[in-house]
Amino acid sequence: MSYSDAGHDAHHGDHDHHGPAPGLMRWVTTTNHKDIGTLYLWFSLIMFFIGGGMALIIRAELWSPGISVVDPMFFNSMTTMHAIVMIFGVVMPAFVGLANWMIPMMLGAPDMALPRLNNWSFWIMPFAFTIMLSTLFMDSGGPAGGWTMYPPLVLQMGDSFAFVIFAIHFLGISSVMGSINIVATIFNMRAPGMTLMQMPMFVWTWLITAFLLIATIPVFAGAVTMLLTDRFFETSFFSAAGGGDPVMYQHIFWFFGHPEVYILILPAFGIISHILPTFSRKQLFGYDSMVYATASIAFLSFIVWAHHMFTTGMPLAGELFFMFSTMMISVPTGVKVFNWVSTMWRGSMTFETPMLFAIGFVIMFTIGGLSGLMLAITPADIQYHDTYFVVAHFHYVLVPGAIYSIMAATYFWIPKWTGNMYDEKLGKLHFWISTIFVNVLFFPMHFVGLAGMPRRIPDYSLQFADWNMIATIGAFGFGFSQLMFVYIIFKCIKGGEKATGEVWEGARGLEWTVDSPAPYHTFEESPTITPSTITR
Amino acid sequence: MRFGIIRWVLIGLAAAVIPSVAMADWGALNMTEGVTEVSRQVYGLHMAIFYICCIIGALVFGVMFYSIFKHRKSQGAVAADFHESTTVEIVWTIVPLVILIAMAIPAARVLIKMEDFSDSEMSIKVTGYQWRWQYEYLDEDISFYSQLHPEHNAARQMDSGADLSQFGENYLLEVDKPLVVPVGKKIRFLHTAADVIHSWWVPALSVKKDANPGFINENWALIEEPGIYRGKCTELCGRDHGFMPVVVHAVPQEEYDQWVVEQREQMAANANKSDRQWSKEELVAQGEKVYGANCLGCHQVDGQGIPGMFPAIAGSNIVTGDVSTHVQTVLMGVANTPMSAFGSKLNDVDLAAVITYQRNAFGNDLGDTVQPYQMKSLRQGLMQSSATINQFDITEGVN
Repeated sequence: MSYSDAGHDAHHGDHDHHGPAPGLMRWVTTTNHKDIGTLYLWFSLIMFFIGGGMALIIRAELWSPGISVVDPMFFNSMTTMHAIVMIFGVVMPAFVGLANWMIPMMLGAPDMALPRLNNWSFWIMPFAFTIMLSTLFMDSGGPAGGWTMYPPLVLQMGDSFAFVIFAIHFLGISSVMGSINIVATIFNMRAPGMTLMQMPMFVWTWLITAFLLIATIPVFAGAVTMLLTDRFFETSFFSAAGGGDPVMYQHIFWFFGHPEVYILILPAFGIISHILPTFSRKQLFGYDSMVYATASIAFLSFIVWAHHMFTTGMPLAGELFFMFSTMMISVPTGVKVFNWVSTMWRGSMTFETPMLFAIGFVIMFTIGGLSGLMLAITPADIQYHDTYFVVAHFHYVLVPGAIYSIMAATYFWIPKWTGNMYDEKLGKLHFWISTIFVNVLFFPMHFVGLAGMPRRIPDYSLQFADWNMIATIGAFGFGFSQLMFVYIIFKCIKGGEKATGEVWEGARGLEWTVDSPAPYHTFEESPTITPSTITR
Repeated sequence: MRFGIIRWVLIGLAAAVIPSVAMADWGALNMTEGVTEVSRQVYGLHMAIFYICCIIGALVFGVMFYSIFKHRKSQGAVAADFHESTTVEIVWTIVPLVILIAMAIPAARVLIKMEDFSDSEMSIKVTGYQWRWQYEYLDEDISFYSQLHPEHNAARQMDSGADLSQFGENYLLEVDKPLVVPVGKKIRFLHTAADVIHSWWVPALSVKKDANPGFINENWALIEEPGIYRGKCTELCGRDHGFMPVVVHAVPQEEYDQWVVEQREQMAANANKSDRQWSKEELVAQGEKVYGANCLGCHQVDGQGIPGMFPAIAGSNIVTGDVSTHVQTVLMGVANTPMSAFGSKLNDVDLAAVITYQRNAFGNDLGDTVQPYQMKSLRQGLMQSSATINQFDITEGVN
């Protein structure tokens, strides 16, 4: 990415401005929010292909019945690592990268509030993931007990378990520091005159996400530390033989884990709430209710955790409580979907690539949300639980959900980042191919799940063979079509039609008032807030 | 141009998918209705919420696609200026709430019924092991293990070359010894596990409950029709999680009573076997079978294990060393590893046979034997000396 430093310096006269440091050290020592955002986004893209490669190993084994590609133990490692990489290495860093790039510009701030902390929170991650992935090459193998790491199974892992816990701790520290930075930036760095209820939706959703992270990551850290001491220091937190309880781990884990799934989707809600109004050339419908709905979802996410545990033998009262609270979540989520549709209603829509991905998001996220509503019905959940129906559900909200929002955001803001328009024709092709394959991949999983195929198995009965084969075709199609995404990004960085500052006809918000590409330093003098620079 | 792209994508997709569609035998696409009153009610809830979701989806997507086709700039649409309405916000908060309450009431009713374990007529304790189930008929004093059928177990090994179609739909859903239960009786299942968490699922009975080591969960079913009902373990439990099926034979009461008598006779016959002296050849031959069913998954066909994960039997210090250490390892397992305590899984003959086999196979050439009666007296001693083993057999694998 090149920044026109000469023009920038001239523009600001005799101020002593720094452009980026020369050479590779720029990226190591940078405290610039745009550089760090870029680092996060590249990291996420690389991990996307690593996690995707693991998914393809899983799907290759499931191409046909019988064990033919990998040992079942390695298969379990792949399902475990695929989840860890995709959650902690792809979706979360991508959202943090987008936050780094966009939140200061959306707020009219010169940078993040804590720039050195920002550098540190990024640079922990590559090391943490190197440690995590290196366990796959150790004698005792990678973690194979599922990303949820339920004891006692996970305690059967060899000594490489210590590395897994160590890596998780570092990822957690990185996330918490990043979140503190985002909260500090939002509360302290807004342009004068911008009230909380004037903030762009992406900022709002990230503010709430950051609080969820700060509240839950320490809980997760506590849970995995207890695993560590159970495994290596003779404690019995989760072992009945020593007076502990393995199910207690699940309660602690999901107290983190359920807010975590909203951490993976709330920033996506924010992104979509920018893109739909832009390409509908119409303001977001129901800004206030969008903010309240996001906050309600965040609150409810803390009191629904045990819906992941309906088969663990909870008391009836617990099952009823968690069924009702889980059903409640569909109300604010529904409000968001209805608001998006109303935003499009009677707009003047065009369908550039970001809009296609955003519409794809709304449709397929809603499909995932509806299967989520089915899962909330506890008696039915007892049949759905731990089958491919659940796999279909969460992949619908995560792949054509969270991942689509990240792709939409990339197409939406990449002209601002690089100063060039991406190849629109290729972008649209990328959308259509991805959308077809992602449905070929995940829709059949509903059927095999309902028909009785459990998840996390390397081999299955013959009646599931056809659908699994189709899902595998979808997986390879979807996986390889993402190479197009990389190609489009490179092409856009290298050149293309020059982008204007506004980029999109219907664009509103402070980030569109600066040049494209955005200068290395933006908003060193606070902007004036006018109705046209407020997104709501 | 846009439609050009779409057309090519559709053609590509059709080329990829249509051939397999044409060849496919679709099998079941939906949840089974099952054979109990509860399972039919669960199915009813599933279909009700499914149709509700379909209606909501049709409405939302209908409005959205209408908007996409009508309100596009290329059609000359001019953006309207509205961006909030408290009235509609309240409407689309209240309406879903009403639908949810309408759904929550019948769901709660079924759930309360599922959790009502009273008035059960018989109890079966189901214990999960890596990777088999133990069934104990608490009223009949019958107990046995049930695991993946040996033929399926052979076929599912890496590159076995087996023709899986010979097994039909029941590939990986066949066991060596099924659970046999009477129809028309409220059966209470007690679930627990000896090593890691498992989950016992039979879709046709709509029962799925986790088996937590050290704890006991309850569950019940009243099967209405005789038949064979199959399920699987649904909680990830290690390497062979995909290979621990559940098979339930539901039979009429008379047939069940007859089966109980047969089981008692068989158990008595087995007990006698461990009292006589066995030859080394007999033990090795029996031990090879036991090894194939119990040890091979981790320690491998050639006894070499998997370096770093599962230790080798060939040349192992434990196997080639003092016999009492070897016996203790097999009986008691090794804490914090997948090596579970086989003392509670295998009978005296099989224990003696597999230990003898390991000491005389894979190049291990100790030449000694362990006799079934030795195992019998050893285990009796253990039972008396250790208070942690005697009650439920459940804590020893995890301590």
